[in-house]
Amino acid sequence: MDAAALRRSVSRVAVLAALLLVRATSADVLPDDRADLFYSKYSGGGMDITGESFLVRKKITENLVVEANYFVDKVSGASIDVLSQASQIKDTRKQKSGTVEYVHDKTTYSLSYINSVENDYKSNTTSFSLKQDMFGDLTTLTLGYTHTDDGVGENNGGVIAWLGHAQSIGYDVGVSQILTKNLIAGVNVNVITDNGYLANPYRSYRYLDSSNAKGYSLASQIYPDTRTSTAVQTEAKYYLPYRAAITGSYRYFTDTWGIVGNTYELDYTHPIANIWILEGRVRFYKQNSANFYSDLYNFAGQYNFMARDQNLAAGDNTTIGAKVTYAFLPDGWKMFKRATATFDVSRIEYKYTDFRNIKYYGLPQYQPGHEPLYSFNATVYQIYMSMFF
Amino acid sequence: METLPRTPLCLVPPLRCAWLAGALLLCAGCSNIQPWVKPYERDRLADPIMAWERDSVSAAYVDHVREVREGARGATGGAGGGCGCN
Repeated sequence: MDAAALRRSVSRVAVLAALLLVRATSADVLPDDRADLFYSKYSGGGMDITGESFLVRKKITENLVVEANYFVDKVSGASIDVLSQASQIKDTRKQKSGTVEYVHDKTTYSLSYINSVENDYKSNTTSFSLKQDMFGDLTTLTLGYTHTDDGVGENNGGVIAWLGHAQSIGYDVGVSQILTKNLIAGVNVNVITDNGYLANPYRSYRYLDSSNAKGYSLASQIYPDTRTSTAVQTEAKYYLPYRAAITGSYRYFTDTWGIVGNTYELDYTHPIANIWILEGRVRFYKQNSANFYSDLYNFAGQYNFMARDQNLAAGDNTTIGAKVTYAFLPDGWKMFKRATATFDVSRIEYKYTDFRNIKYYGLPQYQPGHEPLYSFNATVYQIYMSMFF
Repeated sequence: METLPRTPLCLVPPLRCAWLAGALLLCAGCSNIQPWVKPYERDRLADPIMAWERDSVSAAYVDHVREVREGARGATGGAGGGCGCN
């Protein structure tokens, strides 16, 4: 290679390095400080779950922000699992989380810790992510790493039997790209590997049993102790010719248990006079069953792995949702710059194609494997207020 | 009939040649990247209605509701802000 060619090569590499590494004229900035009060209610499939949350996000300096969140879930009711075998469920989940974010020029570093505790489940999650704006701020690259350590137990009339541990490690890569003055698109990839006790101890597999009056019996599920999943989501958001936005997304999911899931979502956002923001969404999700799942096995211990968890069954669900946000205090009040109040409601219709409803129907009973397929509807409410300061 | 020996288009093996060509194109392309949407043209992208998510508590809750009832999980987060103009 002659000297001129070498200089040209060095010059190109230098330009590339400059584009990747050298910061442009403006630095990334952190969003406003905020405090959120949140209430949620999920009703469906015989379950009632209420959630209450409080979040505070506060800048310590222009580059450093801390966030704290406390979330309490209260679960009660009688799900399909309860109707088919277990006792009434009543539990509380308390989740505490803390996040520290640091901005340096075009890079945002984030470190989070989440601790979640129930009577029969403990979970600790640590995550780190890095967000980098590049190419004239048209592109945002996000890299993330998450580590979770769970303790899994079973509540037998107030006595907790700790069954084992589960660990998971997750990797995230995301790219968000401005394509035109009105269009932004993104791709997110997530890979998670789990190992340990991965079954739900409150769900059982069932097998034909002529010695039982029902014609079948239930037994503890046996899961593989490893799982690796990959999800890829593409999304695009477009600013319409009038002031409104439309968002479309598609996610492909696959894992080593044989589940393949496809998710489609379409959202429409329409503000009115800087006071109201109205949103509507439609989401459709469909999956096939895990390769070791069956609604009914021929006999106990038929295979090495046996599951009858509805999460692993083939089925689909359709969501229709609406959200309204009201902005108030436009001129501020005391320490607050502005505030919003939001109401969100979703209706979700779940249908299963190989998970049967085995509640007691009265006599004469259905023959095992001929019960109606299970389906249910759920309604999810969210009400929250956000104060920005 | 006697045939003339073929002249190689590239002096290195074809696969490596393709990689080199790709890398050169990439470098040449990168060196010419200019922000085709200027900062002063990003007012629409900076509108709050263009944010991937506005409320983190609600987004985390919705993800939780879905993940505990579906086999699929992950990859739902937007990779960054809407406008990229900070």
